[in-house]
Formats: sequence, structure tokens, C-alpha cells
Amino acid sequence: MADSVDTTLYKKEDALIEELGYDDHFHEHHHGDKYQASFITKYIFSQDHKIIAKQFLITGMIWAIIGAAMSVIFRMQLGFPEESLTWIKPLLGKWIVVDANGVGTLDPEFYYALVTMHGTILVFFVLTAGLSGTFSNLLIPLQVGARDMASPFLNMLSYWFFFLAGIIMFISLFLNTGPFSGGWVAYPPLSALPEASSGSKAGMTMWTMSLVFFVVSVLLGGINYITTVLNLRTKGMSMWRLPLTIWAFLVTAILGLLSFPVLVAAFFLLMFDRGIGTSFYLSEIYIGGQALDHVGGSPILYQHLFWFLGHPEVYIIILPAMGLVSEVLSVQSRKPIFGYRAMVLSILAIGFLSFLVWAHHMFMSGVNPFISNIFVVFTLIIAVPSAVKVFNWISTLYRGNVRLNTPALFAIGFVSMFISGGLTGIFLGNSALDIQLHDTYFVVAHFHIVMGVAAFFGMFAGIYHWFPKLYGRFMDETMGKIHFWGTMIGAYVIFWPMHYLGMVGVPRRYYSFDAYQAFSDFDEMNMFITVGAIITFGLQLVFVINFFYSIWKGKKQTVRNPWGATSLEWTTPIRPGHGNWPGKIPSVHRWAYDYGKDGKEFIPQITPLAEGEEPSDH
Amino acid sequence: MQLALENKRRRNSIHPMKLALWMSLASISMMFAGLLSAYIVRQAAGNWFEFTLPNLFLVSTGIIILSSITLHRSLVAFRNKKESSYKILLVTSFILGVLFIVCQYQGWMAMQAAGIDIKGNPSGSFAYVISGLHVAHVLGGLAAMVVALIHAFKLDFRVTPLRINRLELTSHYWHYVDALWVVLFLFLTYYR
Repeated sequence: MADSVDTTLYKKEDALIEELGYDDHFHEHHHGDKYQASFITKYIFSQDHKIIAKQFLITGMIWAIIGAAMSVIFRMQLGFPEESLTWIKPLLGKWIVVDANGVGTLDPEFYYALVTMHGTILVFFVLTAGLSGTFSNLLIPLQVGARDMASPFLNMLSYWFFFLAGIIMFISLFLNTGPFSGGWVAYPPLSALPEASSGSKAGMTMWTMSLVFFVVSVLLGGINYITTVLNLRTKGMSMWRLPLTIWAFLVTAILGLLSFPVLVAAFFLLMFDRGIGTSFYLSEIYIGGQALDHVGGSPILYQHLFWFLGHPEVYIIILPAMGLVSEVLSVQSRKPIFGYRAMVLSILAIGFLSFLVWAHHMFMSGVNPFISNIFVVFTLIIAVPSAVKVFNWISTLYRGNVRLNTPALFAIGFVSMFISGGLTGIFLGNSALDIQLHDTYFVVAHFHIVMGVAAFFGMFAGIYHWFPKLYGRFMDETMGKIHFWGTMIGAYVIFWPMHYLGMVGVPRRYYSFDAYQAFSDFDEMNMFITVGAIITFGLQLVFVINFFYSIWKGKKQTVRNPWGATSLEWTTPIRPGHGNWPGKIPSVHRWAYDYGKDGKEFIPQITPLAEGEEPSDH
Repeated sequence: MQLALENKRRRNSIHPMKLALWMSLASISMMFAGLLSAYIVRQAAGNWFEFTLPNLFLVSTGIIILSSITLHRSLVAFRNKKESSYKILLVTSFILGVLFIVCQYQGWMAMQAAGIDIKGNPSGSFAYVISGLHVAHVLGGLAAMVVALIHAFKLDFRVTPLRINRLELTSHYWHYVDALWVVLFLFLTYYR
């Protein structure tokens, strides 16, 4: 194992960096230190990408706990609608209505608010900011061989805009009229008319404000990521030598940069409809018998604009997870990633195709069936690069010397989830099948497995794998394995049965099914799912405890390259300071996946080709 | 030899800040592309009120094109170390930029007077919103020009690569909002 690696190896590496690296005179300037002059500049308004990564991670974790706790509450309503919820009244206050017998029920309006907030928080704050924000920040400069991001200042702003967005959303949870409750997609007219529901009043205003700030954060971050990858790679780091993580982050950032502005355009039109009284999305509408002034708008227009972001967004979520998993699988199975170029090309293909499939979210909204056909074809084509990636992951594992530690388990779990969830995507991509499946629990099962749980697994693989890089310690393996197996089984317990609910047509977003005799057959199944959800939520707390325990008490990292990885981040000191490398920046002489080559277990990227050695990256 | 090393060190000839600026321009373009495609889709759905933009918008188009030319001349003058023409042209560009916004505002007033209300048919609402969001971006450009003016009049006149780069960033952005307006103007004029 890696611990047995002689520390003389690191001395040799340092000599290599000193000999072949490139001197940017970084440490001769004083600017290296002004960033970290005080506690505030070092830990709060930090411009160091490693600290910003931790800020994104921990903020994302807090939001993940809030968002998941919300799902537990609405799952209790779905699984045990008859049970009294009086005991959560101290937390939810007036949203639990207690009747004369002391039986507390969840307010239906607040049920919708919980569902809406769960979606918004998880999609944007956790799986976009928490995932790509954390790992793009941590790994891009370290793996391309840069001192920091192209603009550390904009990078800091990116975090603080995210923070601001979070604060606004958090405050909206405590509004008297409740947070926004019209679904995370915020379709008009529900979102455009304050009188439509109590959540559409101030809750919706704050929701939009929060998300506009969030988009600013994504754009500032994305511009930085792209510039850093394209412009600040170290000597010898050609694009084809980049680890797959970096390719994934690059394409993710490009997708965000091109799709989020369209969402902002949609939000602007929505704000004008709400605030000024224009009719972009609103046509003849009666509320309480009163005809509104709005004439001539089209709610479908919003759906087009929203899903033009919305679909790339799911790849913004899953691509970073794919990148992390590719890297973890290769390192932990001690084998080069299978089909590196095919992996890069499929990332690019997925990125490109993701812009051509948005209307598959709208098959049932009355779009022309012939147009639907085009979107069906593109949707099914996305399965091809996705399948290429799955094949390559499995081939990477095949006959590998796999270390079954927590990061590897989560990476393998990711592949499992991605297959199960991806296959149901092929069902849903067919506009004919969508007539039955649209807006049912089948959709809920599909996207939770493929972009919810799978993305979380990628993130967990990344956290367990790069924890030593973040904090100089390891996370606890036993707790990690309990967390993995519990979550793996729990996720299938929760989401597998939902496929059956969906196939029979149980609609999503319903507060209660007591009006439908046909669905009462599923009462036990709903209970089962809810119990699974509560246990799985509890298991995530094991992770949280493990995370914070390990920051201070985890096993100390004694060697700087504990996994025996080839990429540049493991050539920095165990606790890298500002500027990452104490001396020169290392130069790169080979691709990132020289494992098991010429009888050597691994050859770091900084090692020049031996005499007569053929490069592997041709 | 020193020069060759220098070139080798910088892998790309594009300055990172410039690349970052262009990336954000791509992002702004996508926002307007979203709005224009919404316009096209909405128009195809019928119930669309046709109107002609007031001539004032043609005037403002002329003004912003002129301001781009003066700003470009200012940059050239700065590179050639001609201090006074650099400053005069920079001030002129700024004034033209302000004039553009005044002119846009007058254009909206003229539209209003012609009975095209922002709350009326979406065709009019789109014209207001698209030109309004464009003006918001011009304001950003003016803010950048204010910084450039402060640099011009507060700092000692010295032509350094850093300051050339700063001025180039300002002017690239300004040319972009200029070109963007020309596209939007042509679109709103001919795609009724």
C-alpha cells in the first residue's frame, strides 16, 4: 500500500520539480501573503481556492441537511397521513394544524412549499454549488498546476453571491405567507400571480431574487474555471493530458455559462409579469370569478426558456460527479482509465446534446407531436455517450487491483445508480410512453436515482478521496463503510418502489391520495418508502459526524500521496499553503493515467519519459 | 533569448482577464438570444401588434456607433502615447454613451406617446424589456468608463502593458454592447 512508499520518493519528486519545474517568482512577491494576513482574510473573505472550496462544501452540506430534512417531513405526510404530527409543531409552528383531538396535520399549502424548497435547494444549492463549486475550486488549480484561479477575487465573490442567495432563500422559509410553493420549476401562472397562492406572494419574490444571485455566483465561478483551465495550465499540461475531472469541470462550466443566462431571461420576464403587469406568460385568467388584465401571454414560453436551462442543468449536476468517479475509479483500481479519449469525447457529446433535448420535459404541454419526435431522437442519442462512459468505468474496474475503500465503493455505487436511473430515462424519453408516465412517481424515481443519488455518490466518492487534500487527515473507514452500505441499500429501498407507483399512474406532488380509491393499494408501499427515507436520512448524519470528527481527530496523513495517484495535486505539501507549491510549479511530462506501466505501480505526471519509453497518451 | 523564454512561459497569447471578459460576453449573448427566441416563438403564436420603432432609436444607434469609434481612437492614441487626444476622446466617448441612454429614454417616451404601453400587447413589452436590459448593460460599460476616466485624470500618464490591457478590456466591452444594440435594433426593426 501507499504507506510503504519510501519518503525518498518525495525527495526525488521535489528534486524533479526543482530541476524541471518553472519558476514564476511567485514567492518573491508579497501578494502571496496579503491574502492570509488575518483571520478574516484567511477564513472568511478568503481568496484562496482551497478555502473557498471548503466554504462551498460546508455551506452545501448545511443546505443538504435542511433539504433532506424537508423531504423526511413530507414523506411522513405521504407514508403516514393519519398519524399526528403535533410533535414537530415546535419546529414548523402554524404549518401544523392541531384539531380538537390533539391530532396535528401538515398544512397542505406548506406541503407544497416543502416539496418546492426541497427541489430548489437540492438542485441548485447542493448539487450545483456544493458539488461543482467545491471540487472545481479545489481541483482545477491543483490539477492543472496553477497557483490559484485566474481571478481569486471573482472567485471569492462567487462564493459570497452564493451565500447571499442562500440567506435570502433561508429567510423566505420564515415568511408569514410561507416560502414559494409552486414547484421548483416555478411555472406561471402559479408563479406569476401573487394572488395564486400564499407561497406566490413574498415567497416567490424572494425565490426569484435568490436564484438571480445564485446565477451570478455560477457565472462568476464558471468564467474563472474556464479561464483557469484554458489559460493557466502548467508547462507540458496539454489538454489531452488533463485528468478527466478537469475535462468534466470545464464542460460543466461552459454549460452553466451558456444556459443560466437564459434562465435569467426567463426570470426577468416573470418579474415583469409579476411586478409591472406585462403579459409575457399570462393569458386570459379568472381568479375567484374576476378576470385579470393580462391578455395574450403564453405560459409555454416560460417552459421553453426554463428547460433550456433545466436540461443542461442536470448535466451540470452529473458531469462533475462523472469526472470525480472516473478519477477515483482509476486511482483506486490502480489502472489507467479505460478509453480516455472516448471519455473526453463523450463528455463533450453529452454537453453538446444537452442543449438539444429540453422539450422532452414538455411532451405533455401540447407541443407539436412532430417536434416531439425530434426531441425523442436527440434524447435517445444521449444514451450513447452515457453508455460509452458506463462501459469504460466497468472496463477500468475489470481485472483491476481494486482497493475496496469508501471512495471506491461510492464510485462503484455511482455506476450502479447511473445505470439503474439512466435506463428509466430511455423509457421517459419516448413521447408516447410519456403519456402514461408523465408527472408520476416514475419520473420522481428516475431523476432521484440518476441525478440525485448518483450525483451524491460522486460527491461522496470525491469527499472521501480528497479529504486528505482538504484537511490533511483521513475520514474514518468504518463509519464510511456503514454510510456507504446504508445509503446504497436505502436509496434503492426509497426509489425502487416508486417505479411501480409511477407505472400504475400515481401522480407526483399530491398531498394526499384519500380521494382516489385506486391508489389506496399503495398505502403500505408508501409507508415502506417513508421508513426507508427516515433511516437513510439518519445514515447521512453518520457521514456528517464522520466529516467533522475527522477534520480534527481523523487519522493523520503522513505521506503526501497516500493513494499513489499520478496527478499534480498530490505533489504539493500535505497542507499546501497559498500558491500551492512552495517552490517552482511542476512541469508535466505525461498524461494523468500511467498506472501499472512498465512494471511500475504508478508514474506521477511530473516524471519525464524514461529513455526509450513510449508515451501512453498518443 | 530572454524574449524567447518569455514567450514560452506564457502558453497563450490571450490575457486571462480578456478571456474571462469574452466568456461573460458569451453569457450575456445567451441571455439576449433567450429573449429574442422568446420573441420569435411568441410572435409565431399570433395576436401580435405590429408597430414601427420611433426614429429616435436610429439616432441612438448612430450615437453608440460613434462612441465606439471615438473609444477605439482613444485606445490607439493611448498606445501611441498621445496624452491629450487620448483624454479628449475618452471623455467624448463617455458623453456619447450618456447621450445614447438619454436618447433611448426619449425613444421609450415616444413609444409611450404613440400608445405602445409596456403592459399592452407583448410585442411592445418585448421592445421595452429588450432595449431596457440592453441599457442596463450599457450602464455597466459607462461604469467601466468612469473607472477609465479616473485612471486617465488621476494617475500619471504612463503607457504600461497593465494599463493598455485595462483600457482594452473597457473598449472590448463597449464595442460589444454597441454591436449588441445594432443587432437588437435591426431585429426589432425588421422582425416585426
